[in-house]
Amino acid sequence: MSLDKRNALQLAALAATLLALSLASLFVGVADISPVDALLFRLTPIQKQILAITRVPRLLSAVMAGAALSIAGLIMQQLTRNKFVSPTTAGTMDAARLGVLVALIAFPGATLLQKTAIAFAFALAGTFAFVRIVERIKFKNATFIPLVGLMFGNIVSAVTTSVAYRYDLLQSLVTWLHGDFSMILRGRYEMLYVGVPLILVAYVYADRFTIAGMGDSFATNLGLNYRHVVNVGLVIVAAVSAAVVLTVGSLPFLGLVVPNIVTLYRGDNVKYNILHVALLGAVFVLACDTLGRVIIYPYEVSVGLTMGILGSGLFLLMLLRRNARGAQAA
Amino acid sequence: MSGLVSRALVKEAVVGPRAGVRARLAAVALAALIFLALYLVLNIRGDWQFAVTRRLLVVGAVVLAAAATGGATVIFQTLTHNHILTPSVIGLDSLYVLMQTLVVFALGAASPAWTDATVHFLLSTALLVLFAGLLYQRLFRSERHNVYVVLLIGLIAGTFFQSVASFLQMILDPNEFLITQSRLFATFNNVRAPALALAAGALALAALYAAPYCKYLDVLGLGREHAINLGVDYNRVVRRLWLAVILLTAVTTALVGPITFLGLLAVSLARQLLRDYRHATLLPGTFLVGTALLGGGLLLVERLLVFAVPVSVIVNLAGGVYFLYLVLKESQA
Repeated sequence: MSLDKRNALQLAALAATLLALSLASLFVGVADISPVDALLFRLTPIQKQILAITRVPRLLSAVMAGAALSIAGLIMQQLTRNKFVSPTTAGTMDAARLGVLVALIAFPGATLLQKTAIAFAFALAGTFAFVRIVERIKFKNATFIPLVGLMFGNIVSAVTTSVAYRYDLLQSLVTWLHGDFSMILRGRYEMLYVGVPLILVAYVYADRFTIAGMGDSFATNLGLNYRHVVNVGLVIVAAVSAAVVLTVGSLPFLGLVVPNIVTLYRGDNVKYNILHVALLGAVFVLACDTLGRVIIYPYEVSVGLTMGILGSGLFLLMLLRRNARGAQAA
Repeated sequence: MSGLVSRALVKEAVVGPRAGVRARLAAVALAALIFLALYLVLNIRGDWQFAVTRRLLVVGAVVLAAAATGGATVIFQTLTHNHILTPSVIGLDSLYVLMQTLVVFALGAASPAWTDATVHFLLSTALLVLFAGLLYQRLFRSERHNVYVVLLIGLIAGTFFQSVASFLQMILDPNEFLITQSRLFATFNNVRAPALALAAGALALAALYAAPYCKYLDVLGLGREHAINLGVDYNRVVRRLWLAVILLTAVTTALVGPITFLGLLAVSLARQLLRDYRHATLLPGTFLVGTALLGGGLLLVERLLVFAVPVSVIVNLAGGVYFLYLVLKESQA
């Protein structure tokens, strides 16, 4: 089979899965809405309202958050040349959370857009700091870098925790920032649309990210403005993380696991992978969310929990496989 | 004559700095003593005997925590050949937080697992030792143990514990959350006498267990090959020391709660202050610096400022910032 053909087949399979999951997501829920009625335009006004106010926004936000955050992970892994780096293992999410807290305390009347802007500023600063640290570290053991990132994230959360403790905001912060789609309603998720232009920018820059991933001097030799490309990547990552944290909450391991699975079967070219990563990310989030809604029906388990469990399981599997391979090679 | 000069030089090279080190150690010890003594007697209103007895428990917990985390971190850093990590990174802290949340969630804040200090301490210790023991087994299952992979596994497990804990905290009744919160941060004030005695016993046992192997630490710091060439039974010694690190960390976490960065801060400050890399000075030095830090922190936070933030949060903050500074400095050198 030719490469193009295989590529098209894989994409089609992902798209079909996404479609099936989307339908499931639309029609699973306490209020009974049957797909047959929807097709035959036999929905009552209340059913239409439920679809428009909660089900469709929930579906859209899951798809956008999944696609955007996975691409953010792909970019970060390419730029730091490390497969274990992602917004969760590099402090980006923690920095965005600190930003949310600062916005809550300093500007209690701020709109969601203003809060996102503040969280974005913090996420950008955090990610930038992490990338600078990585650049300056001499000891580039593949597993040491994410260790530094997680420690860095811990520090940022320590700041967040102490401030939240001081202002008695701990539980509301925990509640708000735990990944959860059940609070998504029309008017409360539109911030996630920033992901759309950012994904387009990522697509335009894809080749440049691939080259930047070959290292500073190599990229510069090929005529690339290395700094500029890195900065574009960081802005995308930070903006996506901030928007997702504010509207959905933390989605642990998403940006880590999805790009890794894709590069496992497709290699390292960002341009060829970006669509796959976006689709698989959306599928992963939707699957986790739908699973959480079904598992203790009519109640639901948050996506933060299902994804935390599935994501850490998959990541451990990757880690152990990689370790086993490393031991064989040695 | 030249013999005399060279002997003097040798004496200065060997004894001179060591005398300086001793003086600096004494200064830190004095500072620690003064802080703790001030903490004991300052701002007492009413019954002296009662207040001092209560505070002696706090002081005991501080001394134990400083000794255990300090010792564990020094050994851990020597074993991993890395001066910016701490044993808490293996996920024990998050497991502790999850356990506290789970107890309140499942059994309520009135169950003995929460209120009875002894039961609570034994339960926490058992769980933490079990988890750390599993990780430790993983570390030694393969011949070629990559420490960083195991640490990363621990960290990932930590993130997993955290997402479960945060889910539970989200659906917890706000009143019960407030009760849980008192144990989510390391506090020295909640320590009860029976738990303190148990912890002291456990820590003493761990210390006795590790003590015969501590003399190899200097050699282990040279790396695996050198240590083996110099006649150290590398695998056996390292196993024993790892076990000690795990026990010390688990018991301290069960006693006072998570203080991730205390050990790191104490060791790094001790290194800077003493500029002596022998473990015979580094171990007591770290203990003394840790005691002074905690004692000074308690004095500052509770007696002088009457802050609303637990001292452990402040220690973690300071330790974290210091960690970043170390990462950047280490990579510059």
